[in-house]
Amino acid sequence: MSLTLFAESPSIRTFLGKRAIASAISLVGLVILVFFLSRLTGDPTALYLPVDASQESREQFREIHGLNDPLPVQFARYMGDLLRLDFGMSIRRAEPALDSVLRGFKWTLQLALITMSLVTVMAIVVGSLAAFRVGGVFDRIATFCSLIAASAPDFWIAIVAIVVFSVNLGWVPTSGTGTVWHWILPVSVLFIRPFGLILQVVRGSMITALSSAYVKTARAKGVLDRPIIFVHALRNALLPVITVIGDQAAGLLNGAVIVETIFGFPGVGKVMIDAILQRDFAVVLAAVMVTAFAIFLMNLLIDILYAVLDPRIRY
Amino acid sequence: MTDSQPVRELPSKLVQLLRMLWRDKLACIAAAFLLLVICCALFGPMMLEDLATKQNLRGRNAPPFDFSKNWTFWLGGDALGRPLLARIIVAAGNTMMVAAGAVFCSLLIGTTLGMIAGYTSKLTSQIILRLADVIMSFPSLLLAVIVLYMLPASVGNLVIVLAITRIPVYLRTARAEVLEIRERMFVQAARVMGASTPRIIFRHILPLVFPTLITIATLDFAFVMLAESSLSFLGIGIQPPEITWGLMVAQGRSYLTSAWWLSFWPGLAIIFTTLSLNLLSNWMRVALDPQQRWRLEMSTQND
Amino acid sequence: MTDHLLDVQSLSVEFHTAGGTVKAVQDVSWYLDRGEVLAILGESGSGKSVSAAAVMDLIDMPPGRISSGRILFEGRDLLQLSQAGRRAVNGRKIAMIFQDPLSHLNPVYTAGWQIEETLVIHGTRRREARAQTLDLLQRVGIPDPAASAAKYPHQFSGGQRQRLMIAMALALRPDILIADEPTTALDVTVQAQILSLLQDLQRETGMGMLLITHDLGVVAEIAARVVVMNSGRIVEHGSALDIYRNPSHPYTRDLIAAAPGKGDLPSNTDRRADALLDVQGLSKSFGQFEAVRNVTFDVMAGECVAIVGESGSGKSTLAKAILRLDEPSAGKAFYKGRDLFSLSDKELFNIRRQIQMVFQDPTQSLNPRMSIYELISEAWVIHKEILPRAQWHERVQQLLEQVGLSADHAQRYPHQFSGGQRQRIAIARALALEPELIVCDEAVSALDVQVQAQVIALLSDLRKKLDLAYIFIAHDLPVVRDFADRVIVMQGGSIVEQGSVRDIFENPQQSYTQNLLAASLDPDPEIQAARRAARSL
Repeated sequence: MSLTLFAESPSIRTFLGKRAIASAISLVGLVILVFFLSRLTGDPTALYLPVDASQESREQFREIHGLNDPLPVQFARYMGDLLRLDFGMSIRRAEPALDSVLRGFKWTLQLALITMSLVTVMAIVVGSLAAFRVGGVFDRIATFCSLIAASAPDFWIAIVAIVVFSVNLGWVPTSGTGTVWHWILPVSVLFIRPFGLILQVVRGSMITALSSAYVKTARAKGVLDRPIIFVHALRNALLPVITVIGDQAAGLLNGAVIVETIFGFPGVGKVMIDAILQRDFAVVLAAVMVTAFAIFLMNLLIDILYAVLDPRIRY
Repeated sequence: MTDSQPVRELPSKLVQLLRMLWRDKLACIAAAFLLLVICCALFGPMMLEDLATKQNLRGRNAPPFDFSKNWTFWLGGDALGRPLLARIIVAAGNTMMVAAGAVFCSLLIGTTLGMIAGYTSKLTSQIILRLADVIMSFPSLLLAVIVLYMLPASVGNLVIVLAITRIPVYLRTARAEVLEIRERMFVQAARVMGASTPRIIFRHILPLVFPTLITIATLDFAFVMLAESSLSFLGIGIQPPEITWGLMVAQGRSYLTSAWWLSFWPGLAIIFTTLSLNLLSNWMRVALDPQQRWRLEMSTQND
Repeated sequence: MTDHLLDVQSLSVEFHTAGGTVKAVQDVSWYLDRGEVLAILGESGSGKSVSAAAVMDLIDMPPGRISSGRILFEGRDLLQLSQAGRRAVNGRKIAMIFQDPLSHLNPVYTAGWQIEETLVIHGTRRREARAQTLDLLQRVGIPDPAASAAKYPHQFSGGQRQRLMIAMALALRPDILIADEPTTALDVTVQAQILSLLQDLQRETGMGMLLITHDLGVVAEIAARVVVMNSGRIVEHGSALDIYRNPSHPYTRDLIAAAPGKGDLPSNTDRRADALLDVQGLSKSFGQFEAVRNVTFDVMAGECVAIVGESGSGKSTLAKAILRLDEPSAGKAFYKGRDLFSLSDKELFNIRRQIQMVFQDPTQSLNPRMSIYELISEAWVIHKEILPRAQWHERVQQLLEQVGLSADHAQRYPHQFSGGQRQRIAIARALALEPELIVCDEAVSALDVQVQAQVIALLSDLRKKLDLAYIFIAHDLPVVRDFADRVIVMQGGSIVEQGSVRDIFENPQQSYTQNLLAASLDPDPEIQAARRAARSL
């Protein structure tokens, strides 16, 4: 369907073009901002060399990492390298910054995909059923649980979960990425908040859809309740839901810093916070750009999904 | 229905609102709990400051539910023997202040920018939107580290960090609402009368956008609280000896296996407060939406 | 007990609302037989649609509740059936079409899919259903059925969408078709086509048809029997002709008396010489689309000029351009000799108070958060020179009384008033600026017939007292007949014909105007019967 969409409407290509330009502008603004602001956090030399290091070795360190030039020169050089897709070197790991970031991003992407698939399916099914009988027992339980889920601080859930399931019960390992068992706690903890939030949006959106005129028509045609919910109303209710799913997924792609830190999960969030704290500027910039690009791609996907779900949307 | 029917009498808005709050028992409990938290935040630091900071070596990691001790020890004591309950009450002050300050600032700035973006030229609107994009994708952790590197880690500076990250939320909502409301007929009617742009924005559009923004702000208050706790937990928020609930959870982390209550109670305080805010925001969404209001207005007999 | 096809017996339905329990219908009984057309006639809020909704199991419970009554279909009480039982009847035995087909068709599925669905859920095989769908589309007059089946509802015109609804409803040749205001939002010419399609299909299948409407003309055109409802009760019941000729209930009498277009046409008089507004060659385009094309007309002081046209004729765009809510693409409009389109902001501000507007929907044109006092006095906040603050209170009361409201309504809010009252408030607000020209954009279209008549009476009364000029925009010719001095007929952005009311109504020159006149329905069943006979010859 999306293929015919492209063939049919040349305007979607103009739209995608416009989106790409707008994002590119934002991305450049972001790079400028991060480049200059991150240097405000201090001089890496102080972190990487011993306190009693000589002035010469400090100078040498700065020379190697190009920290001696005035900032605008550093920036021009960086942008020049960037055009050749060279993201610079990590000071700490002495490897291309992009490599450090992509290694972390691979884990984060998997974590985000698994979590968001589970969240999406569960939230849509539970939310739709809750919306069908507003104020009923199922609705009340689902709403209350979703509220609790949306209110829970993830770091607290994470450490309580570790105490209960890893330390006391010994069911799952506390940290690392080795086996399937390692994934259970991080995924469950990350699942909770998005699930609560998206469930509420699904429910609200479904209530609106179920009270709309075309549902009346479907009842007058003799359509039964289940197809009314899942065929007639759901597809209409999905648009606002997709937006929120996008926001939540973006949050996960940015790296779930807290959960990754607590479970020792080597995702991009952990790479980023370490780089920030260690003033490894090239890695910070690479991480910002990789996640921003991933989020840009995801937003494009969402726009296309919009057009597929709702034939009235033509760009 | 003929033209001459009498106008309908309705009780005053406040009475109606309170009556609707009473109908929703959960929202009512939530409101009461929030009131309690606010009282703790306002008066707690004044009254319990000394108690909460006095170290007591005999009360180190004292277990909870020991009712033979002073009431401040009922939830146990921390690693330095300070009473947890008193500390939670005192920490409510900072926690609430950071969240309230950040929500207020971002609401104010975001709404203003959103209104401007919604009611002016395309170029201004585009610039503001791109700015929002940049803020959205700027890592909030980096922002926190930068601000707190340059400025001392005080409540005020934490407010700045959190306020900046939340501006886009209000900006986008306000802009979307303005774009919709400015096309409504009563705005056109005001233009026909010759009303100026500021008058249209402040007299006609803002009062209609406000309920939506307040609902979002309530929800966002919870979000900002969690964000503040996360920052404090990572050690880039409030620094000791100041305390917030998030910092208390972080401090208790190293005693998880021996004294679980150190992290557990402040975490629970966070959950209950955010839950109450969510409940209240949910109730507001229904109460402020004329299409759904009947659910709260229905007579209690079928409850 | 009963041998009627559908028999509603002493049905009462109530709803829970803010003001307590509202009895939507009380003790309503009617029946429908095979092959006949019954109309339920009533104004908004009369409960005319509620009993049909009960028949179709469309009442949401809660907040609704059926407190008493039976609905017998082929001798079985539908209210006693299980939900699955009800849904098996819906669509197969009893089908329904609605007002506003755009919102009643699912926007995300194709027209063909939605018609097929009716067939499939009641047991037709998918492949057969597809073939039957194409036949149905052909039968209801949709061009190129195969291509149309793959289109989405928003890609059809209003009239075509109602045809799709009809195709969907009649897919399984039901015994009963319920049509709830099926032609209300449609243009008169399209309304005539849809009604004749419904008549043809009803005759062809021999089904019973229940038509719910507020329009005496529609009743006269299509129904044999009529049930008149007011405030949730049936006030009268009988043959359409009987009720029109000898209404026994005072409510029915008022309703028939309020039908527009019955008075004598005014004779042609000389126009006054002083042109208030002189529009020359006005055009407005949105991108490629030309909404208004080279329009020229004038309005004298104290004159009422009606602009009539179907949807898409550009009449509202024209009004917005004159008021500079939209900037016109070309042309001039001289108001007392000064071109409105080349005024500076300051000059425009000063002239604003002389030209005012009354909008179609008073619910939306009054800010819901402002009290009536604030709404009316806003005029003087903006134009401070009109009235010193000390006199505002008194003047608001005067204005309210002038438009037929009570002075003590000033502190209330718009939602506490009925639609007609709100339109009176909107008129008072316009008068507060002491204008000389008022543009009424479909100002009475959303109102019930009786209220419509009252508001029009108010407008003509004010015109005499204050020497106002009106530009009165309407889609409905009969409304204009009693009220306007001159009529301008628009189509597709251009003026087709203009002239005095008498010329336009008695001697229309253009075929478009003639069609428009022929398509408007007369409330007298005999006149409609005669017209039908003439058409079929």
